[in-house]
Amino acid sequence: MSTDYVLHMKGISKSFPGVKALSNVDFGLRKGEIHALMGENGAGKSTLIKTATGVYDWDSGEVRLAGRPIAPKSPLEAQQLGISTVYQEVNLCPNLTVAENIFIGRHPRKRGFIHWDKMYADSERLLERLDLYIDVKQPLSHYSVAIQQMVAIARAVDISNGILILDEPTSSLDANEVKQLFKVMRKLKQEGMGIVFVTHFLDQVYEVTDRITVLRNGTLVGEYVTSALSKTELVSHMIGREWSTEETAGMKAVEQISRDLFLQASTLGKRGSIYPIDLQIGKGEVLGLAGLLGSGRTEIAKLIFGIDKADEGILTIDGEQISSMYPQKAIQKGLGFTPEDRKVAGIVGELTIRENIVLALQARKGLFSFIPLRKQKEIANKYIELLKIKTPSAEQKIENLSGGNQQKVILARWLATQPKLLILDEPTRGIDVGSKMEIRKLILELAASGISILIISAELDEIVQCCNRIIVLRDRIKIGEVSGASMRENVIMEMIAKGAELYGKPGGIGA
Amino acid sequence: MASLAGLARNLSKQKIIWPILAIVVLFLFNLIVIPDFFRMEWKDGHLFGNLIDILKNGSPLIIIAIGMTLVIAKEGIDISVGSVLAISGALAVFMLNGYPLWVVVLAGIGAGLLCGLWNGMLVAILGIQPMVATLILLTIGRGIAQLITGGQVLTTSNKAFQFIGKGHLLGLPFPLFLAMGVFLIVYLFKTRTAFGLFLEAAGGNKTASSYAGIRPKVIFMTAYTITGICAGIAGIIISSNIASADANNAGLWIELDAILAVVIGGTSMRGGRFYLGGTIFGALFIQSLTTTIYSLGVEPSSILLVKAVVVIIVCLIQSDLFRQSFKLAKKKVAAS
Ligand SMILES: Nc1ncnc2c1ncn2[C@@H]1O[C@H](COP(=O)(O)OP(=O)(O)OP(=O)(O)O)[C@@H](O)[C@H]1O
Ligand SMILES: [Mg+2]
Repeated sequence: MSTDYVLHMKGISKSFPGVKALSNVDFGLRKGEIHALMGENGAGKSTLIKTATGVYDWDSGEVRLAGRPIAPKSPLEAQQLGISTVYQEVNLCPNLTVAENIFIGRHPRKRGFIHWDKMYADSERLLERLDLYIDVKQPLSHYSVAIQQMVAIARAVDISNGILILDEPTSSLDANEVKQLFKVMRKLKQEGMGIVFVTHFLDQVYEVTDRITVLRNGTLVGEYVTSALSKTELVSHMIGREWSTEETAGMKAVEQISRDLFLQASTLGKRGSIYPIDLQIGKGEVLGLAGLLGSGRTEIAKLIFGIDKADEGILTIDGEQISSMYPQKAIQKGLGFTPEDRKVAGIVGELTIRENIVLALQARKGLFSFIPLRKQKEIANKYIELLKIKTPSAEQKIENLSGGNQQKVILARWLATQPKLLILDEPTRGIDVGSKMEIRKLILELAASGISILIISAELDEIVQCCNRIIVLRDRIKIGEVSGASMRENVIMEMIAKGAELYGKPGGIGA
Repeated sequence: MASLAGLARNLSKQKIIWPILAIVVLFLFNLIVIPDFFRMEWKDGHLFGNLIDILKNGSPLIIIAIGMTLVIAKEGIDISVGSVLAISGALAVFMLNGYPLWVVVLAGIGAGLLCGLWNGMLVAILGIQPMVATLILLTIGRGIAQLITGGQVLTTSNKAFQFIGKGHLLGLPFPLFLAMGVFLIVYLFKTRTAFGLFLEAAGGNKTASSYAGIRPKVIFMTAYTITGICAGIAGIIISSNIASADANNAGLWIELDAILAVVIGGTSMRGGRFYLGGTIFGALFIQSLTTTIYSLGVEPSSILLVKAVVVIIVCLIQSDLFRQSFKLAKKKVAAS
């Protein structure tokens, strides 16, 4: 019955220097199904995808497309074969317009010239399918990562011909957008398309997929029918040992009655970015920022850390009023910030894991107090162990790590500075289930040891689980605050929805 | 056999191997075509010969290429080094009338430093494209040098000054020691302070580095300033060597040689990682090539052409893409 497969990979092996990324992996995608590819960070999911799409060539094995063996030499060739992919890291050109990004390499033409009007109209039509209403003539960099992600998906959906591969497409989307995307995916599936879907969100797997293939350490664990596999079984397959839900239960931020204030912002704001906001963080407190995309969460973080300059308001840290904030000063004051856009603002791809980890610490120490190499290695190895970063050595280039492991390195960079306030913008994006729990545990431990934490996360359960207090934002305005017993996902969602009535703006995620 | 292949593979990953290999190939060529090339003599207490000439004439190039490495690591470029060199040389020779030698040397270096600061300001602070920003000094720099020399070729007979470019120490040309000194200082600055890390980080990903608390502007300013200083030192060496200040011709086209030396040395024009050792051998290769071409008696007008061809070949061999497609082609041939 192997003829049922639209894409069939057999016995694929692939090694990188020092790493056996895949050994003898089989994967079969059928017509009209959504197939989840699951596994821990570094299990080999992205690598498997990249061998099918011509990014890497494989060492041994065979790939068949509708029964015929193929060996695409480049992503372009794979596209021409009808395999289209949204990679884990957004792979578009930030300085081109949205429309150009969608049609790059295949501009509609009229008499040899690019037919701009058609291109704009087509782009708008494509994005409409994803319920995205934005100005397609704006450069892509104008928009948030989430919107960029949607643009990448729109492009892939349009190119795709029979096979669509989505590598963690939802990691930067919020609930509504995920719903939109699933609608589109189901429709494509009905039309007979085979879709590969990589994600670390178990709920999403159960909501939308028909089948699950699990990888562990580069080997195939098995292929399962989604409806016949329980969540605990799935996770146990992924991590290779029994998993019980108890491991995650009972985790909760410690309540403290009185706290010394660490950071206070009064009417801190920046025109066109965030309306003036009041905000306080106590020592050892975990404060969450909840809201939809574009609600101003990241903007607040950037103001506090001095990446954007506030044009009004007062910022006080540890009792000292800060007149003009910039990242170096923020670090001196004991702040740390893991940005949401890992590729652009987080990693320095060419440098090693060690160098990426010590970067912020060295920046705080300054040019001349160079951390000796031996000490650097010590620090790097400590965090590789603590965060279970999967790598052959600390001297590996960070860009060779899997997405989730890169995220851990950035977290390590800031932990190494022993901050007093850690601002975490989507700290567990792209991180597997097991590590996610560990990182949340770590956050709570850090808080218990007196470190203040400001978390931004699209995952409401994460915020609810970790925070002492949550500020809810909508349309760049603080619309409320919850703490204690009222800190529940549905309460927050209601607030956000009510906010919509309050400010009379239609839903939709433009801007 | 397998370990030998493994060794070869490891070596080929080491960037420094390519410029060294290029020099070896060039010397093998010379061994066959111009056997005289390697002749050395001991005269008046020091060595003479083509190889010594390469080291001596290559010294200013090495010094400038070291500076150029830093700005290229920043994903920048400095095409004004030749003109800066002319300014520094002109100022030095001009000031020899009436000032002690140490003041003259400091003035030359200081002129380079100021030029570097100027370039750095245009690029790092004002955000002008490096090529355009340094084009300004490239064009007006020689004008400034002309102003200093009053439009003539100034000459000097100051023996102490001439020692800088022409003198010998331990039988070897003195500029070589200067080049080694500059290399050592910059190398220590790279490896013993955080400058190397900061420059590689900021050159590799400016946004991420600034999020991590590095100030890319300061780092880039520093890189351009060091390049200016290097050009200043080279200016003094060259004017001392010819015992005169030639505003029009001193260091003409040296920026091209320096850029090539850096690229052949393994530092990518896209910024990030930089290789000072590679640059040294890159510069030595370029200088050997120049000397070879001269010894072959190639007509001066076609020297640039010959150089260009050789450099294209070296760059092609070095490019990963080219090597990969070559490997692929081999694979295909083997398969068919
Ligand atoms: N270009 C590369 N060079 C060296 N090693 C690599 C390279 N790409 C991936 N690897 C290694 O191969 C392994 C599998 O990586 P891969 O990116 O496929 O993981 P993944 O399952 O997609 O993980 P994640 O969930 O974190 O995205 C990892 O150990 C990674 O470090
Ligand atoms: Mg991946």
